[in-house]
Amino acid sequence: MSMFITLKLKSGKLNMGIPKSFLGYKRENGRAGTRNHVIILPVDDISNACAEAVANNIKGTIALPHSYGRLQFGADLELHFRTMIGTGRNPNVAAVIVIGIEPKWTKKIVDGIAETGKPVEGFHIERSGDIQTIMKASKKAQEFSMWASEKQREECPLSDLWISVKCGESDTTSGLASNPTVGNLMDKLEPLGVHLCFGETSELTGAEQVCAKRGANPEAQKKFMKTWSEYNDFILKEATDDLSESQPTAGNIAGGLTTIEEKAFGNFQKIGSRKFIDVLEPAEEPKKGKGLYFMDTSSAAAECVTLQAAGGFNIHLFPTGQGNIIGNPIEPVVKLTANPLTAKLMSEHVDCDVSKILSREMNLDQAGDKLIETTLKVANGRLTCAEALGHREFVMTKLYRSA
Amino acid sequence: MSKPDLIIHDEKDNVGVVVIETTKKGQECNAWIMENDKTVNVPSSNDVPLGHKIALKDLKVGDTIFKYGHDIGKVVKEIKKGEHVHVHNVKTKKW
Repeated sequence: MSMFITLKLKSGKLNMGIPKSFLGYKRENGRAGTRNHVIILPVDDISNACAEAVANNIKGTIALPHSYGRLQFGADLELHFRTMIGTGRNPNVAAVIVIGIEPKWTKKIVDGIAETGKPVEGFHIERSGDIQTIMKASKKAQEFSMWASEKQREECPLSDLWISVKCGESDTTSGLASNPTVGNLMDKLEPLGVHLCFGETSELTGAEQVCAKRGANPEAQKKFMKTWSEYNDFILKEATDDLSESQPTAGNIAGGLTTIEEKAFGNFQKIGSRKFIDVLEPAEEPKKGKGLYFMDTSSAAAECVTLQAAGGFNIHLFPTGQGNIIGNPIEPVVKLTANPLTAKLMSEHVDCDVSKILSREMNLDQAGDKLIETTLKVANGRLTCAEALGHREFVMTKLYRSA
Repeated sequence: MSKPDLIIHDEKDNVGVVVIETTKKGQECNAWIMENDKTVNVPSSNDVPLGHKIALKDLKVGDTIFKYGHDIGKVVKEIKKGEHVHVHNVKTKKW
């Protein structure tokens, strides 16, 4: 880990401090994980009890209970499968037990995950009941957990990092300092070949034209405007008022954000001066190689991070103003804030404090370097605040009512 | 380089953000403009908490609020230079 990349920045300044590699878990399909989870994935709401019983029986495994998976149809069902399969495929996951009520949808998810070459096995509950299923699945989960525990971290190129970003409980300090810090990190790491992803379609409202211009080509620009317009039409159709206290949230307003436009221009600072190469469906895996992607997501933190993790991103950066406390079960969520009160009053949630930007005791370049250092520590295995505190928010996005 | 009380993103902006715990009524604030690294003085007519905005000039109903050099909403109640700018006098143009 003593090798450093000498990167000539636009300013002509040499940045000597960015390590060339991190310590990750190499996976069968060539990707690398920052974590080594064995997950117990329920296909549907009624299989949660089984999944949680298995995770309780077998140490070193975690269950990912959620609320959906029955009678969904069309695009909503496709998204359900994409999120389930993508979660299992994520390189932070070493092995997967899938448990569903019936065999067909269970198998579909198992097959999607198996393409990566990682160990995966499915169990269904109909015709045998919870207790027998728990016994069979627990035996396999024990085998997977003990197998995964032998995996060692190895030196992986920095380009194996797939970094997603999303901000939450933002206030004006987010747009002033913590989001631009993430932007500074993106400007420094994108040339080194990492994958990057931002989302929050609805929260770009007001800045949508400016954001569209950041598409790297006319197709990406057109795709972005189509995606944003469809989401905005949906909001206008369902809105019963001016969305006051939904967008911006009551927390945003308390922190000084007045309108969605103000929030959007602050949000947008997270991509620095980068251009996005493609627009992804929710939970879609990027296929155009290294670079920045936009993913169509809601702006609710847990929904967004769950979709980005299912897209294959292995480490998440989360700037907050007033103090959003979110975590994710498989993708470590690194939290940063520039709000000095949040940094002081909620310190157990803050991985990287950049509040000195506001008092001009730190500049953006220094803050970006500090965030890179924190990100690499977490990539190498340091627990995030959210992991230490047990935050495992796993929230499926549901597009509409079931049939 | 003294510690600023207010930060202004862009020279074009007509609001600045409080970056100290609170301004005091009548306080002459030291405001830093990030875009051009200039410093200006702005009065605070109210006690305005961290993260909230102060008007840099007099604003009439219908005027546009500029921050980041961009349109972030419209004035719905007259605002005098130095006054607190928030949901009581500014609304979105979007929803």
